[in-house]
Amino acid sequence: MTHPDDTPAEIVVKRFLYVNRKAPHGTVYALEELEMVLIAAMFEQDVHLAFLDDGVFQIKKNQKPAELALKDFSKTYGALEDYGVEKIYVEKESIEERGLTPDDFIIPTTVLRRDDMSALMESMDVVLTA
Amino acid sequence: MDYVIMVNEGPYNHQASDSAYHFATHALDKGHSIRRIFFYYDGVLNGTKFSAPQSDDRNIVKRWAALAEDHPVDLAICVAAGLRRGITDDSLADGFRITGLGEFIESCIDAERTVVFGD
Repeated sequence: MTHPDDTPAEIVVKRFLYVNRKAPHGTVYALEELEMVLIAAMFEQDVHLAFLDDGVFQIKKNQKPAELALKDFSKTYGALEDYGVEKIYVEKESIEERGLTPDDFIIPTTVLRRDDMSALMESMDVVLTA
Repeated sequence: MDYVIMVNEGPYNHQASDSAYHFATHALDKGHSIRRIFFYYDGVLNGTKFSAPQSDDRNIVKRWAALAEDHPVDLAICVAAGLRRGITDDSLADGFRITGLGEFIESCIDAERTVVFGD
């Protein structure tokens, strides 16, 4: 517990949203976006993650990229909670279009309809998409 | 307005570097400030000194450097993404510097607005 007197008056906490839109493999976007999230988590900002389009596959269970000689970083999503990153959203339309349900995911997620995802983005200070 | 800009794609391969450059020059002309342009993903290739485009084409790397010479803009290359792609102090073009993601996040916190160029 931080005593209020210990908190510098000028500390700024912004709402960050990391938008993941690409499949976990095929391009490097997912891996490098995740590396950015892990660094960002050290800055005590209000961090949110959103998965939409093929990005929802990033957090799918039972990935076996080693069979294609690719690095398996999917387990790292499970460690996000340890970094204080717990606000994780998936887009309802994206998962339905791909035959997925929240049970298919490595981590607990909040399912948002497309309209609500737009509203979430609108509410952010910084949106970093890949 | 005080901006930070993120460039996420390689030069020539993708229009993101051009769009970011035109956005930056016009914003500066209008009196806005850009504290940092951060190059991530293949965007780090914007900072290679080995780029040698044909003479009748734009020189994207040198264009960035000229921008930073005329204005107080920090051209920052991500160290981790750069190492993957062979961008180190040995291959870094004039006007750029190599830094970490932490500095980028800090500039997102400090700047009024963050603008991302990429897919």
